[in-house]
Amino acid sequence: MSEQQTLDQQPSPQKVPTPRDEPGSPLLEVSGLQKYFPIRGGFPIKRHIGDVRAVDGVDFTVGAGEALGVVGESGCGKSTTGRLVTRLLEPTAGRITYRGQDITHANRKELAPIRSEIQMIFQDPYASLNPRQTVGSIITAPMEINDINPPGGREKRTRELLEIVGLNPEHYNRFPHEFSGGQRQRIGVARALALEPKLIVADEPVSALDVSIQAQVVNLLQKLQKELGIAFLFIAHDLAIVRHFSQRVAVMYLGKIVEVGARDDIYQRPRHPYTHALLSASPEADPDQRDSTQRIRLAGDVPSPINPPSGCRFRTRCWKAQDKCATEEPPLIQIEGNREGHLTACHFPQDPTLEAREQDVILDPALAALEETQAEGKTL
Amino acid sequence: MTTLTKPEAEPTPQESEHFLSVRDLYVQFATEDGVVKAVDGLSFDLDRGKTLGIVGESGSGKSVTNLAILGLHNPRNTTVAGEIVLGGQELTGASPRTLEKLRGKKMAMIFQDSLTALSPYYTVGRQIAEPYMKHNGASKKEAKNRAIEMLAKVGIPQPQTRVDDYPHQFSGGMRQRAMIAMALVCDPDLVIADEPTTALDVTVQAQILDLLKDLQQETGTAIILITHDLGVIANTADDVVVMYAGRAVERGTVRDILKTPEHPYAWGLLGSIPRLSADVDVPLAPIPGSPPSLLNPPPGCPFHTRCAFTDTVGGDRCRTARPQLPAGRGSACHLTQDQKRDIFIEQIQPRLR
Repeated sequence: MSEQQTLDQQPSPQKVPTPRDEPGSPLLEVSGLQKYFPIRGGFPIKRHIGDVRAVDGVDFTVGAGEALGVVGESGCGKSTTGRLVTRLLEPTAGRITYRGQDITHANRKELAPIRSEIQMIFQDPYASLNPRQTVGSIITAPMEINDINPPGGREKRTRELLEIVGLNPEHYNRFPHEFSGGQRQRIGVARALALEPKLIVADEPVSALDVSIQAQVVNLLQKLQKELGIAFLFIAHDLAIVRHFSQRVAVMYLGKIVEVGARDDIYQRPRHPYTHALLSASPEADPDQRDSTQRIRLAGDVPSPINPPSGCRFRTRCWKAQDKCATEEPPLIQIEGNREGHLTACHFPQDPTLEAREQDVILDPALAALEETQAEGKTL
Repeated sequence: MTTLTKPEAEPTPQESEHFLSVRDLYVQFATEDGVVKAVDGLSFDLDRGKTLGIVGESGSGKSVTNLAILGLHNPRNTTVAGEIVLGGQELTGASPRTLEKLRGKKMAMIFQDSLTALSPYYTVGRQIAEPYMKHNGASKKEAKNRAIEMLAKVGIPQPQTRVDDYPHQFSGGMRQRAMIAMALVCDPDLVIADEPTTALDVTVQAQILDLLKDLQQETGTAIILITHDLGVIANTADDVVVMYAGRAVERGTVRDILKTPEHPYAWGLLGSIPRLSADVDVPLAPIPGSPPSLLNPPPGCPFHTRCAFTDTVGGDRCRTARPQLPAGRGSACHLTQDQKRDIFIEQIQPRLR
């Protein structure tokens, strides 16, 4: 492709394999990233009447070969963040830098070589594969589009890829409907690998799969991360899977990162009340923990991102909220007691232990009422 | 507030054994490709005030079992055989009219996806009031007051105004609460919750599960909780049935299943889930392969195609003979009790911690 030559100094990946980045050197840097989806309404002329603030000022970095997990509840902007990073969506504001190059508003031409280095794995393996194409053409398509001719031909490479992801290379000419959900997700992984990416954005890659199949795909992705040195932006809502997969973890709430840090910092020494609540709510397959008192039950649902609460966005569901939380937005900083690289956005953080949630925090009025009547019944 | 326990809920003599017992249940669908054996000889019991968890992967027959209990299957292409006895009443041969009288009153269901399970055309209040009017002969006004009371009970703020809202005006968690209110409006003795929290976020899931547990303690309802999430099971169930390919492969208390499981499939399930407290650098231990097709289930033990211990059993037994599930605690597997214990202690348990 001629337009690729007009581009920056980066050699196109198909000619010279770019040297492996130093592990840990920043591959992707994101700062102040915003995405507002406009809402139009009114009659007779539709006007801009508001915004859904899906992502509202997000900063993070992903080092080469590192897996950054993003957890949060639905509607917190984690998928939008993934789509912004792959530039499937145009950011409203902020900056995305990939290996030192600003790609925030890069056009199609400029993006072409970078697209091959940032690949995506989608959530729904049924919707993300074209039912009219064979597995072979699905996986070769990225190579055709980027004009990559691997030694031995594209078909040979595709068969290799199928083998890498644990499928039978003979399945080259089959159609997606002939595969089960887990196998389809493997096809999606093979397609993402076809261009030898440096960064894979995996948006809930296993949440549509059965438990036993989930583990197969998680193991596959982990093997790829270790053996091929691919960095991952791993988006999921399952805390245990994110912990298993990622070296660093970012917790998102309503369009913002509320806490980010190394895996152990988030899971062993969480500071933000929301992180505590998430960990406390996540059910463990251990009947011994069932009656332990460690539980935090938030009230209600996540507020609307159209009109998020002022100040700290979590304050409406937080049991520590004070006046300051409504007026002043807490910055994402390394607060006292945090280790290097562990950032928390909170005015009144919890102690960095898991014991912090030993007291019952039940904010749900219905639950509180039911528990009270039961407690009364016992004392009577 | 009216009390939730009904006067006629006194245990009658014939139900002294178990409140619900399912014996040798077979459910088969006739399809173009052949007969799908969705449930293949399933038995379990459930007592009042207890929660039975049914775990299994998609297609293991857990939802079909419960549709059969409620009589919600399509009678034209479905054959149900076996025995379902609810409070002394046989349900498999019951007429549609009898079932209609029971549904909503004695047994109720909480569906997975509250957006599709609620009608967008009627207000939430009307949908909650409907079974109450039908079964108790209540007037519109009484039923509406009952709906408000139920909404308050499940924790919907401002129930007087929200009762006139449509489902789309509720958030996901609130819709699920409304579904629970709808299921509990006639104080049923049995509630079947089919993946009640799968579509919800973790913090909301925790609220809903706690709500179900607390309501159960108050009303003494029996609950069948269908889920694929062992964490949810650990938190709520008393007894657990593990299903695979339409059969129960293991049965026991929640502690039995999660602490000392006996069936290789249960080992596989437990090894597949990452835990918040586990070692992070150990890869997960998934079950190889994928579940079998129910059109043509493998002969013998349905799990033998994915099982790592067929050689330990020796010979062709796993491929030819179908292992039976003993009554009470036990697993349907050809391994001897000692083998199960030794394999679990030596090979499985170290991986689970």
